[in-house]
Amino acid sequence: MTDDVLSRVAKLPFFAGLTPGQLRLLCEAGRPASYQAGERVFAEGDLADRFWLIEAGSAALDLRVPGRGDQVIETLAGGSVLGWSWLYPPYRWQFGAAARERLDTIAFDAAAVRNRCDADPAFGYAILRLFMPVITERLQATRLRLLDLYATSAQVGQP
Amino acid sequence: MSTETRGEFPPPVLIEAAALARLFDALHARGYTVVGPTARDGAIVVAELESAAELPYGVGVDTEAGRYRLRARDDQAAFGHSAGPQSWKSVLHPARAPLWSADRAADGTVIVREPVEHHRYALLGVRPCDLAAIGILDRVLTGGRHVDPVYAGRRDGNLIIAVECTEPGATCFCASMGTGPHAGSGFDLAMTELLNGDDHSFLVRVGTPAGAEVLAEVPARPADDAAIAQASGAVAEAATRMGRTMPAQGLPDLLTASRESPHWDDVASRCLTCGNCTMVCPTCFCTTTEDVTDLTGDHAERWRRWDSCFDLDFSYLHGGSVRTSGQARYRQWISHKLGTWHEQFGSSGCVGCGRCIAWCPTGIDITQEVAALSLLQMASDATDNGEER
Amino acid sequence: MSTSTAPAVTGSALPRPYRVVSRRVDTGDTVTLELAHDAEPLPAFAPGQFAMLTAYGIGEVPISVSGLPEPGDSRARRLAHTLRAVGAVTRALHATAPGAVIGVRGPFGTSWNVASAAGQDVVIVAGGIGLAPVRPVLQAVLAERSRYGDVVLLVGARTPADLLYPDELRRWGATAGVQVGVTVDRPSDGWTGHVGVVPALIPGARFDPARSVAFVCGPEVMMRFTARALLACGLPATRLRVSLERNMRCGVGWCGHCQLGPLLLCRDGPVVDYARAEPLINVREL
Repeated sequence: MTDDVLSRVAKLPFFAGLTPGQLRLLCEAGRPASYQAGERVFAEGDLADRFWLIEAGSAALDLRVPGRGDQVIETLAGGSVLGWSWLYPPYRWQFGAAARERLDTIAFDAAAVRNRCDADPAFGYAILRLFMPVITERLQATRLRLLDLYATSAQVGQP
Repeated sequence: MSTETRGEFPPPVLIEAAALARLFDALHARGYTVVGPTARDGAIVVAELESAAELPYGVGVDTEAGRYRLRARDDQAAFGHSAGPQSWKSVLHPARAPLWSADRAADGTVIVREPVEHHRYALLGVRPCDLAAIGILDRVLTGGRHVDPVYAGRRDGNLIIAVECTEPGATCFCASMGTGPHAGSGFDLAMTELLNGDDHSFLVRVGTPAGAEVLAEVPARPADDAAIAQASGAVAEAATRMGRTMPAQGLPDLLTASRESPHWDDVASRCLTCGNCTMVCPTCFCTTTEDVTDLTGDHAERWRRWDSCFDLDFSYLHGGSVRTSGQARYRQWISHKLGTWHEQFGSSGCVGCGRCIAWCPTGIDITQEVAALSLLQMASDATDNGEER
Repeated sequence: MSTSTAPAVTGSALPRPYRVVSRRVDTGDTVTLELAHDAEPLPAFAPGQFAMLTAYGIGEVPISVSGLPEPGDSRARRLAHTLRAVGAVTRALHATAPGAVIGVRGPFGTSWNVASAAGQDVVIVAGGIGLAPVRPVLQAVLAERSRYGDVVLLVGARTPADLLYPDELRRWGATAGVQVGVTVDRPSDGWTGHVGVVPALIPGARFDPARSVAFVCGPEVMMRFTARALLACGLPATRLRVSLERNMRCGVGWCGHCQLGPLLLCRDGPVVDYARAEPLINVREL
């Protein structure tokens, strides 16, 4: 199982910064998981007990807004990592996620990976170094969308 | 149009100052509108002249940074003054000009008409710095792919009578810009004023056949060696008495390197962004357009007027301006004039006339700003070199 | 340097009459006007070039061409311009009905130089109304498909309702050998496509950065972030072209308004390669 997961994870660039040993340790906590189009991957408020590396398909991050239903915040495609609330207490999802199209992923056991990080600081640091850019890039992208660059000066700030 | 001076023209002659009246007659007889300097409203301005009597005989100027006053000379020199608030762009690139008018017929077709320039201008009293400025405007407005019709129309058939300078003003620095005080080429006739006691005459050099043809109607005598030596000596000596100097080399690189210089804050604390400098500068050419219509909407016109990069709306784009701060606008003006002009038009945009220094209400001196930027750059290079060791 | 070897052109200040043949509403504030020459046609416009469009009595604005000339036509008998109503002139042009006459001057500016991408992959990234000036690039590539490698079109818009040319986007996406990626900043109900910024679509696109030419057009900030992402893939800055914009009053190098450092964007742009553009657009208030 781990070897199969290892070969699939190695095909994607996301975890390329890990040493072969670290990659094996990570993949011991991983299993393939697939979702049908429209299937919910996790719901807002649920325990963040896993995180996913998307191999193919796309997922939508959403938030339930009273009166507006499930608002899609962002979509993620193949090669991206889904979920970072598992890194910090209270380990609860701040957003929900659903498969936009059929989603093929490797799902990792969050608690197992966290325990590995605590036990092996070098591994822990390597994992954090990979997740930091994800968070900063998503923040930058969100800030760009806040700027509402496609709006005319009359439209800026209007819905 | 004037062309390069040729060696095969008649040798220089001397004409009496009184003969300038005959020069005017010759020009009028050929249908020229004569434009030259005259004293009016406390300044020496560029205006249409009916006769030689309107030249500013005996009027001198007292200029410095932020200062320009007329004063009485103790002689009757007609050209004993340095650059006034106007330049030849008042004639060749006027402050307001119609570009076209359009009329819409009942079936919706639109006929567009371009105005035709009927005057032929004789420019009398063009200083070497202003001669260089005309050459620069020629390149900007007619040297590119598209020819500016207003400028081309007014420039077509010009007769240029240059006058060399023997008394530089305090703000002049043509010598360091390589544009004067000697007139080398680009004129039909070039005059150097000579005053020896009661004797008031002009040494006249011919630059083109058109110039020679006009000069032939003015009573003249061959210039003797003494007169020629006096003229060239006075001009050469003037080159050593310039009020200011500008390091004319390396400015494009200096200004590019200075884009983030702390010096712009310093200038911004003094610059009112009033745009005087752009109005008096003989090479500032920026314009904007205004479309107007009558009440029926069937007749429309486009007019062109001077604009200034100091104007807040100059760089307006998508709801706001790109250059809103005073620093950015001053930086744009000086970096264009002395720096990027080279890449855009193949020469410096500055001719060293010193008008911007005289007409700046706070006395900002373009030569001093360059010196300051230069010092800061050398200091920063020295620090870099120090760090490398 | 301005002194050109091509013969000097006169009459550049006079708008030529063009009649509006059709007016198609694209989005809430954008229309595409098809124009036909009413008198002598102008020379043909290349992709990336722009016209100065005059609404008689109101004013003039620079608008890029958003379509190709008729094949084999060396004159601009027909012109297509997509424009957005943002000011007095564009509002007037936006409202012109078929049959009305507007004034056109041009062609002005540098072109996208599509032919220089022959033998390479073509990556087109457009944001908002920026899709209009690059549409002729895609049309030119598809007209001679075998000359080019993989073709990628990535489009970003504010909302699904603001997407330009949705029918064409669908048609292009269904064309073999053409990858189309579309994303919006804000989804609306029923939107099943991507949500997020346009650079996020780049990792999912298949092209060889070492053998690609990129054509990027949109708000300047969007172009900077897109360029950063493309350069990070290994695409050289000399093969990344952007379309820059500044205030233009004449379009022909006489008015001084469109300067960006040493560049006069009506003459040295609007298409500029990123190696040249990058240091200039990163200087504050240049």
